Amino acid sequence: MSIDAEQVRRIAHLARIGLDADEADRYIGDLESILGMVERMRAVPTDGVAPLPHPIDLQQRLRPDVVTEADQRDLFQADAPAVAEGFYLVPRVVE
Amino acid sequence: MSADSTLAGWAARLGSGEISCRELAADCLARIEQGAHLNAFVSVDSQRVLDVAAERDAIPRAERGPLHGLPIAIKDIFCQAHTRTTAGSRMLEQWRAPYSAHVIERLEAAGAVLLGKTNMDEFAMGSSGENSHFGATRNPWDDSRVPGGSSSGSAAAVAAGMVPAALGTDTGGSIRQPAAFCGLTGLKPTYGRVSRWGMIAFASSLDQAGPMAWTAEDLAMLLGVIAGCDTRDSTSVDAPVDDYSKALSAPVSGRRIGIPSALLGADVAEPVRVAVDEARQTFERLGASIHEVALPTALAGVPAYYVLAPAEASTNLARFDGVRFGHRCSEPRNLTDLYLRSRAEGFGSEVKRRILTGTYVLSVGYYEAYYLQAQRVRRLIRDEFLAAFGQVDVILAPTTPGPAFALGEKVDDPVAMYQQDVFTIPANLAGIPALSMPAGMTGGLPLGVQLLGPHFGEATLLNLAHAFQQATDHHLERPSGVRE
Amino acid sequence: MSNWETVIGLEVHVQLATASKLFSGAPNRFGAEANRQASAVDLGLPGVLPVLNEAVVHMALRFGLAVEAQISPLTQFARKNYFYPDLPKGYQISQLDHPIIGPGRLEIVVGDQAKTIGITRAHLEEDAGKSIHDQLPGLTAVDLNRAGTPLLEIVSEPDMRSAAEAVAYLRELHAIVRDLGISDGNMNEGSMRCDANVSIRPRGERTLGTRTEIKNLNSFRFLEKAIEFEVERQIEVLEGGGRIHQETRLYDAQRNETRSMRSKEEAEDYRYFPDPDLLPVAITPKMIAEVARSMPELPRARRQRFCEQYGLSEYDARQVAADRATAAYFETCVAIAEDPKLTANWVMGELASILNRDELGIEASPVPAAALGTLIARIRDATISSKIAKTVFDIMVAEGGEPDAIIEARGLRQMSDSGELERLVDEVIAANPAQVEQFRAGKTKLLGFFVGQVMKATGGKANPQQLNDLLRGRLDGGG
Repeated sequence: MSIDAEQVRRIAHLARIGLDADEADRYIGDLESILGMVERMRAVPTDGVAPLPHPIDLQQRLRPDVVTEADQRDLFQADAPAVAEGFYLVPRVVE
Repeated sequence: MSADSTLAGWAARLGSGEISCRELAADCLARIEQGAHLNAFVSVDSQRVLDVAAERDAIPRAERGPLHGLPIAIKDIFCQAHTRTTAGSRMLEQWRAPYSAHVIERLEAAGAVLLGKTNMDEFAMGSSGENSHFGATRNPWDDSRVPGGSSSGSAAAVAAGMVPAALGTDTGGSIRQPAAFCGLTGLKPTYGRVSRWGMIAFASSLDQAGPMAWTAEDLAMLLGVIAGCDTRDSTSVDAPVDDYSKALSAPVSGRRIGIPSALLGADVAEPVRVAVDEARQTFERLGASIHEVALPTALAGVPAYYVLAPAEASTNLARFDGVRFGHRCSEPRNLTDLYLRSRAEGFGSEVKRRILTGTYVLSVGYYEAYYLQAQRVRRLIRDEFLAAFGQVDVILAPTTPGPAFALGEKVDDPVAMYQQDVFTIPANLAGIPALSMPAGMTGGLPLGVQLLGPHFGEATLLNLAHAFQQATDHHLERPSGVRE
Repeated sequence: MSNWETVIGLEVHVQLATASKLFSGAPNRFGAEANRQASAVDLGLPGVLPVLNEAVVHMALRFGLAVEAQISPLTQFARKNYFYPDLPKGYQISQLDHPIIGPGRLEIVVGDQAKTIGITRAHLEEDAGKSIHDQLPGLTAVDLNRAGTPLLEIVSEPDMRSAAEAVAYLRELHAIVRDLGISDGNMNEGSMRCDANVSIRPRGERTLGTRTEIKNLNSFRFLEKAIEFEVERQIEVLEGGGRIHQETRLYDAQRNETRSMRSKEEAEDYRYFPDPDLLPVAITPKMIAEVARSMPELPRARRQRFCEQYGLSEYDARQVAADRATAAYFETCVAIAEDPKLTANWVMGELASILNRDELGIEASPVPAAALGTLIARIRDATISSKIAKTVFDIMVAEGGEPDAIIEARGLRQMSDSGELERLVDEVIAANPAQVEQFRAGKTKLLGFFVGQVMKATGGKANPQQLNDLLRGRLDGGG
């Protein structure tokens, strides 16, 4: 499995993880060896086998449509990095 | 008779009044202090622990819960209201959870005294305890070795005698592997048996909380408290909770035990092979029958897991973006800079490695070949287990390929580290319960074997493990200096 | 006629009118102070989990039945992954494979033409929060109250061929979701939002042209204007030898134009996969049957019934059966008035113009349905003339009150005493000998003049029919 620097940059950007050049190089090697190990699994014959997203075959429980949550803004915002007037703040997003 | 340092032992002495809750808590706090070099705990609020213990002492006998006054350590992946909850990450170094996990509510309601939050591999990603922002945890049996991971601090805290029991989580072996490395008994329950509410997610379809202690008897006490349906977790199963303690003493004679020879084809250290073989003989002596079971796809579990778990993790960890809570980089230039640097600074290298792997396998062009294929392999593995449990009651297997390895030995080779999970991962993929128990020693280090059961077969696992522990002394081994 | 054919498909997001959110127990209400209705689940705090709201499933099923759609026996949720400050978890819980509502259809009427528009699918997803860019200098302020609000995204086939058809489709959807009680459909508050996929192709061409997607059209008028602009723009580009780029465009209502958004889409890779925190949702025949039992009458069925039961024309039926409130008003009214056509005229005429003038919904009409029904009944039984009825109606609008009381109090009852009327007719004929002569010489149009004179003398209270008959008798009879 070969991965190139461009792929790692693209994935890192999708995942919003900043990488410097050295790190990017290291992750190229890591991803190659991990995906190399994963190759073994790709060889398993699975024709006609349905994917299994959950190990237990159960169905979704439904919640009655009632309001159960009270306002806890102050508590939730106590450890927030930046808030003002109840809003969470981030650098201006240019539309 | 319960050994002194077990949960059951302390429960007896608390019940007889030989010791008070507060005295026991103080004793635990002192031992935590003495064992500080093991780096088992991330947060301990001594005053609060003593206050809670004193409150427990004031409870009239008739109103005491099943875990009255018993000191229990909590892996720092469980939210505890108004308490710092870090998941071993710089990302959450300063974050106080506004609510408690379901299991914490259950333990508190049962009267337990929560001693503190234990160290762990960051976001439960690791098999050695070395991937913590708060530094590696050391193994009480040999402090140059790892305690296993990711529930590293929970395992070390119990093994060092700081607490008689702890909670961990197990996504690919994170309860069982450290239990094996530290000479403990640990149980990963059936997926959906214990609510995941308030447990910081690593891989949602694999994560499960469970207890770690010296004996199966202690695990039964704890599981009875934490198991059960919680409507806040859609994957929490509404199935009756067995009386696990009562099930301990059921007869073993006539039980059918499966041996998966294909799995044993994996690289296993000779002492581990011997331990499994001796355990098999013990069960035979107890009247169980032994059968060969085929789990032909189980060895593909590691690669399937290292597709599925990172895939789920990569999106579970997207919420750590420096906007509403957690680490934010200083003076972000713009929104993208805020994301890139907050996450680059907040996450350690193993977490980044898994997020990148997971992002890759979910991305356009790879989803089918990696993610869906891994889910198909997952179904094969699960169905093979279900078929096997048509023939046998439990499956006996190693927990780990070998004993605890040296600190630093595998940090530079992620794939070698991942192979540590070869025996534990299949149970997570299949959602079945699995228990690791001490089964021998090698070079002064404990070894564990695993019992795997069908969905909701926890009572059977505990029954067989208890019978094994009645017949053997492996679970009585202690690191030097730790009371029996 | 243009050489180009327009092809339009719509994606409509409808906020469902539940008490609580899609996956949390936080209130689903508009207009609270910032972040006061954002629960731990809505904020995506560590350790929280989603649980599906039962009412949301029922509402989606109501919609599915209304558009005669296939309904999946098993539906599942997927994560759509991308980073944005108003998307707390870094992913939106949505549906990709196995949406709750499969293919269905909706009939629209444009002009006098009925047409069926295909519905591709409708799926459930959570709304995002709101980013406010102009409140604080250099900063974007994030309010997550809206995060987790249940949305039903309704995707149509590219079956519409004009802006008018697109508007008719959106109006029909709007009426349906309101009738079903699943949304207030309030477009100002964003309860219903629309994206339009627009392309053109040479008439007769079968393959679709490259389309653009116009985002966030929040009124019927904007939808119409945006499509009209975009079609003209595309024609200009193609006729000028250019190429249409697949892109997302934004409609600027102030300038009445669409313009290209920075195409962030290009780099996006949403990495959809089944949400492991949620299990497949079973839609059982029993659930569907229960929902079916509680279904209200839908606009199309109602129109049909109005034609048959009341003998209304298609046109009239479409007007008064357009939405449930208007239809209910009409039915209350007609039950008393006992004249469907006259009632339809009043509801669509006098009443509608008052409601329009005062910007009122029919629920808030100053004239209750029963009162208007009584008023119309008084026209029918000849207590008052249509003209007087308008006077009474104006009084009812301005001052309230029952029509009978107003008629009595103000002495507006038509003269039913033929002796009195005969006397007035005779007086008018006697006072206007010249006009009588001209009439008898063949200038019969002068009848109107005599009617006017007598009406003036009665203060408008004469029965017009009776007056006509009397005048004709007197004038023709030479007496």
